[in-house]
Formats: sequence, C-alpha cells, structure tokens
Amino acid sequence: MSTQQAEPETQDAPDDPAMKGAESPAAEKQKGGDMVDERDESQAEFDGETVHIKVFRYDPEVEAKQEPRFDDFHVPFEKGMTVLDSVMYARDEFDSSLTFRHSCRQAVCGSDAFFVNGKQRLGCKTQISDLEQPIRIEPLPHQEVVKDLVVDMDHFYDQMHAVEPYFKSEDTPDASELEEQRQSRENREKVKMSTRCIWCASCMSSCNIAAGDNEYLGPAAINKAYKFAMDDREEEDIKEHRLRILEQEHGVWRCQTQFSCTEVCPKDIPLTEHIQELKREAVKKNLKFW
Amino acid sequence: MYEHDVIVVGAGGAGLRAAVAAHEAGADVAMVTKLHPVRSHTGAAEGGINAALQEGDDWELHAYDTMKGSDYLGDAPAVETLAQDAPEETINLEHWGMPFSREEDGTVSQRPFGGLSYPRTTYAGAETGHHLLHTMYEQVVKRGIQVYDEWYVMDLATTDEDDPNDRECHGVVAYDVQSGQIEGFKANDGVVLATGGPGQAFDHTTNAVSCTGDGQAMAYRAGVPLEDMEFIQFHPTSLPSTGVLISEGVRGEGGILYNNEGERFMFEHGYANNSGELASRDVVARAELTEVNEGRGVDDEYVHLDMRHLGEERIMDRLENILHLAEDFEGVDGLVEPMPVKPGQHYAMGGIEVNENGQTCIDGLYAAGECACVSVHGGNRLGGNALPELIVFGRRAGYHAAGGDLGEAEIRTGYGDDVEDETDTEFPVAPGAAGLGTSGGVAADGGVTADAEGVLERHVETARERVDGLLDKDDGVQHSEIRAKLQQAMTDYVNVFRTEDGVKKALKIIRECREEYQDVYVDDPSRTFNTDLQQTIETRNLIDVAETIALGALVRDEFRGAHWRKEHQERKDDEWLKHTLVSWDGGEPSIFYRPVILEGQNKTYEPKERSY
Repeated sequence: MSTQQAEPETQDAPDDPAMKGAESPAAEKQKGGDMVDERDESQAEFDGETVHIKVFRYDPEVEAKQEPRFDDFHVPFEKGMTVLDSVMYARDEFDSSLTFRHSCRQAVCGSDAFFVNGKQRLGCKTQISDLEQPIRIEPLPHQEVVKDLVVDMDHFYDQMHAVEPYFKSEDTPDASELEEQRQSRENREKVKMSTRCIWCASCMSSCNIAAGDNEYLGPAAINKAYKFAMDDREEEDIKEHRLRILEQEHGVWRCQTQFSCTEVCPKDIPLTEHIQELKREAVKKNLKFW
Repeated sequence: MYEHDVIVVGAGGAGLRAAVAAHEAGADVAMVTKLHPVRSHTGAAEGGINAALQEGDDWELHAYDTMKGSDYLGDAPAVETLAQDAPEETINLEHWGMPFSREEDGTVSQRPFGGLSYPRTTYAGAETGHHLLHTMYEQVVKRGIQVYDEWYVMDLATTDEDDPNDRECHGVVAYDVQSGQIEGFKANDGVVLATGGPGQAFDHTTNAVSCTGDGQAMAYRAGVPLEDMEFIQFHPTSLPSTGVLISEGVRGEGGILYNNEGERFMFEHGYANNSGELASRDVVARAELTEVNEGRGVDDEYVHLDMRHLGEERIMDRLENILHLAEDFEGVDGLVEPMPVKPGQHYAMGGIEVNENGQTCIDGLYAAGECACVSVHGGNRLGGNALPELIVFGRRAGYHAAGGDLGEAEIRTGYGDDVEDETDTEFPVAPGAAGLGTSGGVAADGGVTADAEGVLERHVETARERVDGLLDKDDGVQHSEIRAKLQQAMTDYVNVFRTEDGVKKALKIIRECREEYQDVYVDDPSRTFNTDLQQTIETRNLIDVAETIALGALVRDEFRGAHWRKEHQERKDDEWLKHTLVSWDGGEPSIFYRPVILEGQNKTYEPKERSY
C-alpha cells in the first residue's frame, strides 16, 4: 500500500501543533489494521488517486485555530465519493478535531449544507467527481461560524418559527371518530414541493436580501408558510392571518426574485415561485377589503 | 441545573409524540436531543404507517399479521395495543396537517406492504417519515415545548440499590455540544428515552451516523435489561455503496427482484411462492444473500430491483423520492435501468425492556420507539410497523410519565419470579465491564445519597470527571479505530447468517474493543462543539449494545424471524417461546428469559409455520 497518498498538510500554519497531532493517528492506521489494508486494496484500481480538499478551520477556543485558516487534505478517491465522505475520511484518518454536522448521509436530515467551491451544497449529495480540485469546503456564508464547518443555526430556526409553522385549526374533528379531513389530490400536489424542505439553510445563506436584512423571514420560512397558506384544510380566516405575517415589512416583499435560493435548493423546491405566488395572494387579499 | 416534570431524551417521532402527550396531560415537559429535532432519523423512513383504517380491514387482522410477522415472539398485549391505537394516531397526524398521499375522493392513500393481509400502509409519497417528523415537530413548536437541541445526554441519574427493580430515575446528565457545559436535568415525574436504534454497531447500515444506541446503553448500565437484542432486521433493499434505503414501497407498488441470470428468484427458486417480493423482510434478505452466495448475484455482491414496468407516471406519483436516491447515491436512473440492492442493517427489534405503558423496571424511567422493546415486533418487524409504534407507544409513554392513567400493564419487566435463568451456554470471553475510570462505568455509593438532587449531582460529577479524563489524556487510541473494528466484526459475524463460531469470534473482538477503549483519548482539546468527544462516548455505547446483540445471538440456538443460526435450522417453539434478556448487573452481565405472551383479548395466537 502506498503511504504518500494521504498526507495532511497545513497551509498558512505549517508548524501548527494541532496538525502535528492529527498526523499521528493516520500514521498508526497505516502501520496496522486489516480494514485499512482492505480499503486500500480496493483503491488500487484508482492508482492511488487522491482528492485534494481545502477545508476551512476555526475554533475560538484553540489558540492555533483562532485565526481562521484552510487545511489541505489529500483523501483517497473512491467511485461515488461525496464531499461528506471526503471530510469524514479526513476526520477519521487525519484530524479528529475536524468538525461538521452530519447524520443521515442521504439528504433528508439537512445537517450538512456547506459552501463548496463557492456554492451552497449538501455535502452528502455532492459528488466529488463533479467538482474542480482543489475543492474548497467552507461553512455557510452569512451565518456565524461556531467551529470549522459548523455555523450557528439559531437565527434560521427563529425565522422558521416566526411564520407560525403549524396547523392552527382549533376545531379539528375528534380523531377517535376516525374521520380524516378530505384533501384533493390537486391540492396535495400543489403543496407537495414545499413540504420537501429539510431546513438545511442553503437558501437563506445564498440570499443577498437575507444577508443585508437580518429580520427578513427568508426563503425557507416563507416556503414553510406557503405550505400552510395553500393547504385547503385550513380555514380562510387563518389564511388571512398567515398572509398578514408574510406581507409585513420583512416578509415576501423583500424578495427581489434573484432566484439564488431556488438555484441552491438541494430538494429542487421552486422557492422563488412560491414567494411570488404569496405576493399575488397578498395583493388579492388586500383587494378584497377595498 | 434544569428542572422539568418530564424530560424526553431524543426528538424523533417517538420523542416528539411523547412530549406532546405529556404536555397535553398538563406536565411541564422538555426535550433534550443531541441533534435538532428535524435532523432525527425518523425523517429517513420512507414506506408508511400501518393502520386498519378502511372498511373491510380490522385491527385484529393487523394484530394477526404483526404476530405472524414477529414469528410469534411479539407479546399479544403490545401487538394488540399497536393495532388498536394506530388508526386513531394516524388520523391524529392527518388533523395536525401531515401531507398524506390522497385518493380521488380525498381520503388518505394506503398501499400493500410485505407481510400484510390488507393494503393498510398509509403513506406520504416515499418520504412518510420526513412528513411525520416535521408534522410532529410543528406540534411541539405550537405548544411551546422547550427543546434543548444539540445537548448530548450521557448518563441517567438513577439510584443504585442492589436490585434494579428498586431503583429510581430522577433525571439525566447532558452536555451542551456547542459550549461543552455539563448540566443536570432534574425530572420530577419521569424520563422518557426515545433515542432510536443502534444501527452504527454495524458497518453496512441504512441508519444515520447518530444512531448509536445511546438510550439503550444508558438504560442497560443503569440496570434495565435489554430484550431480544439478537433480532436485527436487515432490509432487503439498501444501495450497495452507501447503505441508503430503497423503500419496500417499490416492491409494494410492484417492483421485481432479479438475479444475474434474469430470474425472478423469489418465485423461481421457491423462497416465497405466494408472496414473492412481498414476503417478510427477513425472508427476502436471506433469499438475496443466498442468490449471491450461490453465484447468482450481480458483481458477486447484490441483486437487481426493477421498477421500470410501473411506468414513469406511477413512479413519479408514488416513488419519486426513490429516483432521486438511486440517482444521487448510486448513479442509477431507476426509470431506465434496474437498481442494485443488497441487505443492510436497518432496524433493531429488541431494545430497552418496557411494558405497554412504556415503563421500565426502574421507577420514573420510560422508553419508546426503536430504542424500546415492548415487544411488538418480536423476531421480525413488518414494514410499516415502525412509524405506528413511534406514535402509539410514544404517546403512551409520555402520557404515563406525566401521571396519566393507562390502567395496569399486562407485561412484566425486570428480573422476577416469572423468569428463567440462562445456565448452559459457554461464553468464549467474559462479557461486561473492563474497569471503570474514563470508560463510563456507573460509580456506586451504596444508596448513601437519598434525595433526587443529590443523586443528580453525583451523576453530574461523575460525568464531568469522565469528560475531563477523556480531554486531559494526551495519547492512546482514538475511538474511530475501535468503532471501525467493532462495526466490521458485527457485519462479518452477527449478520444475516450466523454461526456459533462466528458469533463467538465477534464476542472476542468486542472484548478487545472494550480493552482498547480503556486507553481511548480525545485528540481535540476544545470544549466547543467537540464531535470527537461525543463520538468517543457514543462508541462506548456501541460496544455495550453490540455485546448484547452478540450474546443474544449466541444463546438463542434456534432459527426464528430475523435470527438465523446455521447449526439450528428450525424454530423451536417448545424451548424458545421466550424473550432473551441481558442485564448489566453492575458490569458482570447475566442472561435470563421471560415467556412470550400469546394470549390476546379475544384469542390466543397459536404459533403456525410462517410461510409467505
């Protein structure tokens, strides 16, 4: 097996003690361990081909990482490898302090949105082979960085909660009577795309308006509201209440239809269209009162 | 210290439902979760919710199917409670706004699933779990229930009387992932564990990275037996490269399995002459691996799942999500070519021993969802029965923890006069603790600390010492090395096909992992968002849980449900109509058995041959 295929290097801070510490486990692994041997054998067909990733590092608590920097990792390439796979490999083999959120590995938990080569993407569903190297992996822009690729999500969650994202109907029929509310297939189809949101915050991070106006609800929250506003199962007066929330100063009218949110959404939700539709609904509602 | 009436640990489907139920019963409830609720693994469930909603269907049919699917290792009171409560709970979700797929008349859609005598799997596209999770979270937000997200619970504040049945749980100890701060959470009325499965004990799994059996391991070390841990479900259709799940809904809608010779092997090789692809999951998983082992696998690794004949319109309507998964994670277009699939670890039928009210043998400690074993699924879980379990038993546990009355439970828990001790199995190595120190053993004080706050403080102190120890240690072994070794051993030896020698090998390797863990250290010195620390603690949990799985797999010398033993190719009803219980016993585990309850409300479920 090759030993030169995976050397961590540090840019800007070559003498960084944290990185020296990171080298030792990798070296240990390469000495022994059957599983590592097997993995490397399967990679032989790629002739030791590696992927060069540059990962943003920052930790307010660790002296060597207080000044943000990029670390370089060379990770053995495997067919089908994703950006998430590459940072997991770098963490498990080279530097266990490399920090990022991830859980399901299948684009449904929404934990691992990163800024990859200048675009918001979900790490787990972004193929390495689709990217130019070296691959720059950074935390989502416009959010405070907690550590490495982890950003503070509190503001995002606050905005999601601000649109009162729950069925409000107070007089829902008694479930013990086993009667569901009826909903037409058309209406279900209408809200379908909006319900796919996984709260990854890519859209919010890509939005120039959200970057400049911290109170702007943002595409994800407005899309969440869209689901409720369009769902026929809620009563008219509740819908009017929802539109009032959306047409406030930092609501739908802030959107300048730049489509950046729609472009980065990993679930292909037509966010900008949903916002536009809500603007039209808001206008219609206001006309009714004239 | 934080204080609430009810503390729910974990915020997937079961935890969220428990929290809502406890809140509705008037309790001040808080959720503590190592993720944010919407990141929970319930969101990855695809198929649906079994519930007898339609005329012509009946809860008794659902109960019968479930008992048959369990290979007669489900307890009738649990199975019948599931079948009876599932319809109301499902309709409840609809009223809370869950976007179910719909029929022409606007009613919710249901589809056929493996092992069901009636198409009762209620679904929302092929992303039912995602919608259930988000709908339930919306209800938690609506009620203003406090959520401590990204707080990792690392210990239960239980008392330490000699007999676990006498112990009480007064809260939990958790650390804030973002700041590293360790705090006690006092629970005045009860703690509900809803922490999900232990899938990360295996190398190839459909489970999330966060599914590390935390609740099971903590309850186990606190003295609650783990039940039927040997019963692990291997889902027949996971993608070979990543383990990403391809829903049973594909077969439910008519998808077909082929081997490398283009044979529809479920029929042509006689694995399930009536149900074919829709036989129970254990049957299909073994059939696939048999095909591969006999040289009829594709690339000697997997088989093909073909849905092209369903047509683009039907696929887009009901299975669109599957197209995305196959494309994104395997590079295959399910509309133009068959999808490669192989069995992957998917679900733990066993878990924390509880009764139908969610109670463990420790007063004030509850469990619900995949981490618990009521037992509904027995030897094998039917597709579409996990989600109703979350909401039915999540509600019951939360409600009971908040002081609600559900009547006396029929299922017994804990060591008692109705159990039988394991006597005749030889173990290759002694299981259990390898010393205390930083390994997370439970420090005993001989019942000196009596009041709840004192118990909690003692556990907080132990947790702080443990974390300090892990962070202060400068070298040693890293958890990732131990974890990888453990996962490989479980996948090699405690997989779909099990042999006595293999399981013994696994137990030896698990022992090695324990010993190595004595020397574990955390390289990242930071208190800020230290995932290295969190994963190191998780790895200890995985070791404990994996060991109970292997112990169960060794002692149960029969073939029942998902548990297949090479040397024992028949179901032994005379001997094995009983649950396996593994008890930590202060670090020297013991095994005992409790008879399965087959007497239902209106009938007794007589074990029959399970053919599909």
